[in-house]
Amino acid sequence: MSIVGLFFYLFAFVLLASAFMVIAARNPVHSVLFLILAFVNAAGLFLILGAEFLAMILVVVYVGAVAVLFLFVVMMLDVDFAELRQGFMQYLPVGAMVGLIFLVELLLVVGAWVTAPNINAAIKAPIPPLSQATNTEAIGLVLYTTYIHYFQLAGIVLLVAMIGAIVLTLRHKPNVKRQNIAAQIARTPADSVEVRKVKSGRGL
Amino acid sequence: MTALIVDYLPIVVFLGVAAFIGLALLISPFVVAYSSPDPEKLSAYECGFNAFDDARMKFDVRFYLVAILFIIFDLEVAFLFPWAITFGKLGWFGFWSMMVFLGVLTVGYIYEWRKGALEWD
Repeated sequence: MSIVGLFFYLFAFVLLASAFMVIAARNPVHSVLFLILAFVNAAGLFLILGAEFLAMILVVVYVGAVAVLFLFVVMMLDVDFAELRQGFMQYLPVGAMVGLIFLVELLLVVGAWVTAPNINAAIKAPIPPLSQATNTEAIGLVLYTTYIHYFQLAGIVLLVAMIGAIVLTLRHKPNVKRQNIAAQIARTPADSVEVRKVKSGRGL
Repeated sequence: MTALIVDYLPIVVFLGVAAFIGLALLISPFVVAYSSPDPEKLSAYECGFNAFDDARMKFDVRFYLVAILFIIFDLEVAFLFPWAITFGKLGWFGFWSMMVFLGVLTVGYIYEWRKGALEWD
Protein backbone atom coordinates (compact mmCIF):
# COMPACT_ATOMS: atom_id res chain seq x y z
CA MET A 1 0.00 0.00 0.00
CA SER A 2 1.39 3.37 -0.97
CA ILE A 3 1.81 6.27 1.45
CA VAL A 4 -1.10 8.10 -0.22
CA GLY A 5 -3.30 5.06 0.26
CA LEU A 6 -2.27 4.90 3.90
CA PHE A 7 -3.26 8.54 4.40
CA PHE A 8 -6.53 7.95 2.56
CA TYR A 9 -7.50 5.15 4.94
CA LEU A 10 -6.36 7.21 7.94
CA PHE A 11 -8.47 10.24 6.93
CA ALA A 12 -11.44 8.12 5.90
CA PHE A 13 -11.42 6.11 9.12
CA VAL A 14 -11.11 9.18 11.37
CA LEU A 15 -13.78 10.96 9.30
CA LEU A 16 -16.29 8.14 9.69
CA ALA A 17 -15.48 7.62 13.37
CA SER A 18 -15.85 11.32 14.21
CA ALA A 19 -19.02 11.59 12.10
CA PHE A 20 -20.44 8.75 14.16
CA MET A 21 -19.36 10.48 17.37
CA VAL A 22 -21.18 13.67 16.25
CA ILE A 23 -24.48 11.86 16.68
CA ALA A 24 -23.36 9.58 19.51
CA ALA A 25 -21.73 12.10 21.86
CA ARG A 26 -23.90 13.01 24.85
CA ASN A 27 -22.66 16.57 25.19
CA PRO A 28 -23.65 18.80 22.22
CA VAL A 29 -20.39 20.77 22.59
CA HIS A 30 -18.43 17.54 22.14
CA SER A 31 -20.56 16.84 19.05
CA VAL A 32 -19.45 20.14 17.53
CA LEU A 33 -15.79 19.40 18.32
CA PHE A 34 -16.11 16.01 16.60
CA LEU A 35 -17.73 17.81 13.66
CA ILE A 36 -14.63 20.00 13.42
CA LEU A 37 -12.47 16.85 13.37
CA ALA A 38 -14.67 15.46 10.59
CA PHE A 39 -14.24 18.69 8.57
CA VAL A 40 -10.46 18.58 8.94
CA ASN A 41 -10.33 14.99 7.77
CA ALA A 42 -12.61 15.74 4.83
CA ALA A 43 -10.15 18.50 3.91
CA GLY A 44 -7.40 15.88 3.98
CA LEU A 45 -9.40 13.69 1.61
CA PHE A 46 -9.91 16.63 -0.78
CA LEU A 47 -6.19 17.24 -0.69
CA ILE A 48 -5.48 13.63 -1.70
CA LEU A 49 -7.91 14.11 -4.61
CA GLY A 50 -5.87 17.13 -5.72
CA ALA A 51 -8.65 19.61 -4.88
CA GLU A 52 -6.38 22.01 -2.99
CA PHE A 53 -8.70 25.00 -3.08
CA LEU A 54 -11.69 23.08 -1.71
CA ALA A 55 -9.52 21.59 1.04
CA MET A 56 -8.22 24.97 2.18
CA ILE A 57 -11.66 26.61 1.95
CA LEU A 58 -13.07 23.77 4.02
CA VAL A 59 -10.50 24.49 6.72
CA VAL A 60 -10.85 28.29 6.56
CA VAL A 61 -14.61 28.60 6.21
CA TYR A 62 -16.04 25.49 7.83
CA VAL A 63 -13.52 24.89 10.61
CA GLY A 64 -12.78 28.57 11.18
CA ALA A 65 -16.24 30.04 10.96
CA VAL A 66 -19.16 27.64 10.56
CA ALA A 67 -18.01 25.38 13.39
CA VAL A 68 -17.70 28.40 15.68
CA LEU A 69 -21.21 29.40 14.67
CA PHE A 70 -22.47 25.89 15.53
CA LEU A 71 -20.69 26.18 18.85
CA PHE A 72 -22.52 29.44 19.57
CA VAL A 73 -25.85 27.89 18.60
CA VAL A 74 -25.18 24.95 20.90
CA MET A 75 -24.22 27.30 23.72
CA MET A 76 -27.39 29.30 23.18
CA LEU A 77 -29.40 26.16 23.82
CA ASP A 78 -30.11 25.36 27.40
CA VAL A 79 -27.84 22.37 27.83
CA ASP A 80 -29.99 20.60 30.33
CA PHE A 81 -29.21 16.95 29.79
CA ALA A 82 -31.98 15.54 31.92
CA GLU A 83 -34.55 17.55 30.00
CA LEU A 84 -32.91 16.77 26.65
CA ARG A 85 -33.21 13.05 27.18
CA GLN A 86 -36.76 13.29 28.46
CA GLY A 87 -39.24 12.00 25.90
CA PHE A 88 -36.53 10.08 24.04
CA MET A 89 -38.53 6.85 24.13
CA GLN A 90 -41.65 8.72 23.07
CA TYR A 91 -40.03 10.02 19.87
CA LEU A 92 -38.07 6.83 19.18
CA PRO A 93 -40.69 5.10 16.94
CA VAL A 94 -41.22 8.18 14.76
CA GLY A 95 -37.49 8.88 14.54
CA ALA A 96 -36.67 5.28 13.73
CA MET A 97 -39.32 5.27 10.99
CA VAL A 98 -37.98 8.49 9.42
CA GLY A 99 -34.46 7.06 9.55
CA LEU A 100 -35.63 3.82 7.95
CA ILE A 101 -37.39 5.70 5.13
CA PHE A 102 -34.24 7.75 4.48
CA LEU A 103 -32.15 4.57 4.40
CA VAL A 104 -34.51 2.90 1.91
CA GLU A 105 -34.52 6.03 -0.26
CA LEU A 106 -30.74 6.22 -0.20
CA LEU A 107 -30.48 2.55 -1.21
CA LEU A 108 -32.98 3.12 -4.02
CA VAL A 109 -31.00 6.13 -5.26
CA VAL A 110 -27.72 4.22 -5.18
CA GLY A 111 -29.32 1.16 -6.79
CA ALA A 112 -30.84 3.14 -9.67
CA TRP A 113 -27.77 5.33 -10.28
CA VAL A 114 -26.91 5.54 -13.97
CA THR A 115 -24.33 7.92 -15.43
CA ALA A 116 -25.32 9.43 -18.75
CA PRO A 117 -23.18 7.76 -21.49
CA ASN A 118 -21.71 10.92 -23.05
CA ILE A 119 -21.54 13.05 -19.92
CA ASN A 120 -17.93 14.04 -20.58
CA ALA A 121 -18.95 15.84 -23.77
CA ALA A 122 -21.53 17.89 -21.86
CA ILE A 123 -19.06 19.46 -19.42
CA LYS A 124 -18.81 23.15 -20.26
CA ALA A 125 -15.56 23.98 -18.50
CA PRO A 126 -13.52 20.81 -17.91
CA ILE A 127 -10.88 20.95 -15.17
CA PRO A 128 -7.43 21.22 -16.74
CA PRO A 129 -4.90 18.63 -15.54
CA LEU A 130 -2.79 19.67 -12.57
CA SER A 131 0.33 19.95 -14.71
CA GLN A 132 -1.28 22.82 -16.67
CA ALA A 133 -3.01 24.81 -13.95
CA THR A 134 -3.55 24.40 -10.23
CA ASN A 135 -6.99 23.86 -8.86
CA THR A 136 -7.37 27.41 -7.61
CA GLU A 137 -6.25 28.83 -10.94
CA ALA A 138 -8.74 26.66 -12.83
CA ILE A 139 -11.58 28.05 -10.69
CA GLY A 140 -10.35 31.62 -11.07
CA LEU A 141 -10.18 31.40 -14.84
CA VAL A 142 -13.91 30.65 -15.22
CA LEU A 143 -15.59 32.00 -12.09
CA TYR A 144 -15.17 35.73 -12.66
CA THR A 145 -15.81 35.86 -16.40
CA THR A 146 -17.72 32.86 -17.76
CA TYR A 147 -19.83 32.39 -14.65
CA ILE A 148 -20.11 36.05 -13.67
CA HIS A 149 -23.85 35.76 -13.00
CA TYR A 150 -23.37 33.08 -10.37
CA PHE A 151 -20.52 35.07 -8.88
CA GLN A 152 -22.59 38.24 -8.58
CA LEU A 153 -25.53 36.22 -7.23
CA ALA A 154 -23.19 34.90 -4.54
CA GLY A 155 -22.43 38.51 -3.63
CA ILE A 156 -26.15 39.32 -3.42
CA VAL A 157 -26.77 36.23 -1.27
CA LEU A 158 -24.01 37.34 1.11
CA LEU A 159 -25.53 40.83 1.27
CA VAL A 160 -28.97 39.39 2.06
CA ALA A 161 -27.44 37.15 4.74
CA MET A 162 -25.69 40.15 6.30
CA ILE A 163 -28.84 42.28 6.36
CA GLY A 164 -30.96 39.34 7.53
CA ALA A 165 -28.64 38.58 10.45
CA ILE A 166 -28.65 42.23 11.52
CA VAL A 167 -32.42 42.61 11.23
CA LEU A 168 -33.09 39.38 13.14
CA THR A 169 -30.60 39.65 15.99
CA LEU A 170 -29.62 43.29 16.48
CA ARG A 171 -31.39 44.77 19.49
CA HIS A 172 -29.86 47.89 20.91
CA LYS A 173 -30.49 48.50 24.58
CA PRO A 174 -32.15 51.87 25.13
CA ASN A 175 -30.41 54.48 27.31
CA VAL A 176 -26.88 53.25 26.62
CA LYS A 177 -24.38 56.06 26.14
CA ARG A 178 -22.22 55.36 23.10
CA GLN A 179 -19.06 57.08 22.07
CA ASN A 180 -19.58 59.61 19.26
CA ILE A 181 -16.10 60.87 18.50
CA ALA A 182 -17.16 63.55 16.01
CA ALA A 183 -19.64 65.07 18.46
CA GLN A 184 -17.09 64.93 21.26
CA ILE A 185 -14.41 66.68 19.22
CA ALA A 186 -16.87 69.27 17.91
CA ARG A 187 -17.71 70.47 21.44
CA THR A 188 -16.46 73.95 22.21
CA PRO A 189 -16.24 75.70 25.59
CA ALA A 190 -18.91 78.11 24.35
CA ASP A 191 -21.65 75.48 24.08
CA SER A 192 -20.62 73.23 26.94
CA VAL A 193 -19.74 75.64 29.77
CA GLU A 194 -22.18 78.14 31.16
CA VAL A 195 -21.46 80.74 33.83
CA ARG A 196 -24.35 81.61 36.11
CA LYS A 197 -24.53 84.17 38.87
CA VAL A 198 -25.64 82.48 42.06
CA LYS A 199 -27.21 84.65 44.65
CA SER A 200 -25.90 84.18 48.14
CA GLY A 201 -27.99 81.75 50.20
CA ARG A 202 -29.84 80.29 47.21
CA GLY A 203 -29.33 77.44 44.81
CA LEU A 204 -29.85 77.52 41.10
CA MET B 1 -0.53 14.80 -8.59
CA THR B 2 2.12 13.11 -6.48
CA ALA B 3 4.21 16.28 -6.60
CA LEU B 4 1.26 18.17 -5.15
CA ILE B 5 1.01 15.79 -2.23
CA VAL B 6 4.76 15.83 -1.64
CA ASP B 7 4.42 19.62 -1.25
CA TYR B 8 2.35 18.97 1.86
CA LEU B 9 5.01 16.85 3.55
CA PRO B 10 6.17 19.75 5.80
CA ILE B 11 2.60 20.07 7.10
CA VAL B 12 2.54 16.38 7.97
CA VAL B 13 5.86 16.76 9.78
CA PHE B 14 4.50 19.83 11.56
CA LEU B 15 1.36 17.95 12.62
CA GLY B 16 3.49 15.08 13.86
CA VAL B 17 5.66 17.37 15.97
CA ALA B 18 2.58 19.21 17.29
CA ALA B 19 0.89 15.93 18.22
CA PHE B 20 4.05 14.71 19.94
CA ILE B 21 4.46 17.88 22.01
CA GLY B 22 0.76 18.00 22.85
CA LEU B 23 0.64 14.38 23.98
CA ALA B 24 3.92 14.72 25.90
CA LEU B 25 2.56 17.72 27.83
CA LEU B 26 -0.69 15.88 28.43
CA ILE B 27 0.80 12.62 29.65
CA SER B 28 3.95 13.70 31.49
CA PRO B 29 2.08 15.31 34.47
CA PHE B 30 0.44 11.96 35.18
CA VAL B 31 3.88 10.37 35.33
CA VAL B 32 6.09 12.93 37.04
CA ALA B 33 3.88 15.39 38.95
CA TYR B 34 3.16 14.93 42.67
CA SER B 35 -0.57 14.71 43.29
CA SER B 36 -2.62 14.39 46.48
CA PRO B 37 -6.19 15.50 45.74
CA ASP B 38 -8.79 16.21 48.38
CA PRO B 39 -12.43 17.35 47.94
CA GLU B 40 -11.66 20.99 48.71
CA LYS B 41 -8.86 21.17 46.14
CA LEU B 42 -11.02 19.58 43.48
CA SER B 43 -14.10 21.74 44.04
CA ALA B 44 -14.88 24.66 41.74
CA TYR B 45 -13.25 27.84 42.99
CA GLU B 46 -15.18 31.04 42.38
CA CYS B 47 -13.41 33.91 44.17
CA GLY B 48 -13.84 32.44 47.59
CA PHE B 49 -17.59 31.76 47.67
CA ASN B 50 -19.58 28.73 46.59
CA ALA B 51 -20.60 28.67 42.93
CA PHE B 52 -23.97 30.39 42.36
CA ASP B 53 -25.19 28.26 39.46
CA ASP B 54 -24.17 26.13 36.52
CA ALA B 55 -21.51 27.51 34.18
CA ARG B 56 -23.41 26.13 31.16
CA MET B 57 -25.74 29.07 30.84
CA LYS B 58 -27.22 30.58 27.70
CA PHE B 59 -24.99 32.91 25.71
CA ASP B 60 -25.95 36.32 24.48
CA VAL B 61 -27.30 36.27 20.91
CA ARG B 62 -24.89 39.09 20.01
CA PHE B 63 -21.98 36.62 19.87
CA TYR B 64 -23.94 34.91 17.10
CA LEU B 65 -24.27 38.16 15.17
CA VAL B 66 -20.52 38.77 15.40
CA ALA B 67 -19.82 35.22 14.19
CA ILE B 68 -22.22 35.42 11.24
CA LEU B 69 -20.83 38.77 10.10
CA PHE B 70 -17.36 37.23 10.34
CA ILE B 71 -18.40 34.27 8.14
CA ILE B 72 -19.71 36.60 5.44
CA PHE B 73 -16.45 38.52 5.16
CA ASP B 74 -14.54 35.24 5.44
CA LEU B 75 -16.38 34.02 2.33
CA GLU B 76 -15.68 37.31 0.59
CA VAL B 77 -11.96 36.72 1.19
CA ALA B 78 -12.32 33.14 -0.06
CA PHE B 79 -13.57 34.52 -3.39
CA LEU B 80 -10.53 36.81 -3.57
CA PHE B 81 -7.93 34.00 -3.64
CA PRO B 82 -8.64 32.50 -7.11
CA TRP B 83 -9.09 36.04 -8.43
CA ALA B 84 -5.69 37.09 -7.12
CA ILE B 85 -3.99 34.04 -8.69
CA THR B 86 -5.53 34.58 -12.14
CA PHE B 87 -5.45 38.37 -11.99
CA GLY B 88 -3.09 38.75 -14.97
CA LYS B 89 -5.15 36.53 -17.25
CA LEU B 90 -8.63 37.82 -16.44
CA GLY B 91 -8.39 41.25 -18.02
CA TRP B 92 -10.60 44.24 -17.32
CA PHE B 93 -13.84 42.26 -17.36
CA GLY B 94 -12.68 40.02 -14.54
CA PHE B 95 -11.35 43.04 -12.65
CA TRP B 96 -14.66 44.95 -12.78
CA SER B 97 -16.59 41.76 -12.04
CA MET B 98 -14.74 41.53 -8.72
CA MET B 99 -15.11 45.28 -8.09
CA VAL B 100 -18.91 45.00 -8.44
CA PHE B 101 -18.88 42.02 -6.05
CA LEU B 102 -16.83 43.98 -3.54
CA GLY B 103 -19.10 47.00 -4.05
CA VAL B 104 -22.21 44.97 -3.20
CA LEU B 105 -20.56 43.76 0.00
CA THR B 106 -19.37 47.27 0.81
CA VAL B 107 -23.01 48.36 0.71
CA GLY B 108 -23.68 45.70 3.34
CA TYR B 109 -20.68 46.82 5.34
CA ILE B 110 -21.85 50.44 5.37
CA TYR B 111 -25.33 49.25 6.39
CA GLU B 112 -23.94 47.25 9.29
CA TRP B 113 -21.70 50.13 10.39
CA ARG B 114 -24.56 52.65 10.28
CA LYS B 115 -26.89 50.28 12.14
CA GLY B 116 -24.28 49.93 14.88
CA ALA B 117 -23.95 46.15 14.49
CA LEU B 118 -20.22 46.47 15.09
CA GLU B 119 -20.76 48.07 18.50
CA TRP B 120 -21.39 45.93 21.50
CA ASP B 121 -24.33 47.63 23.25
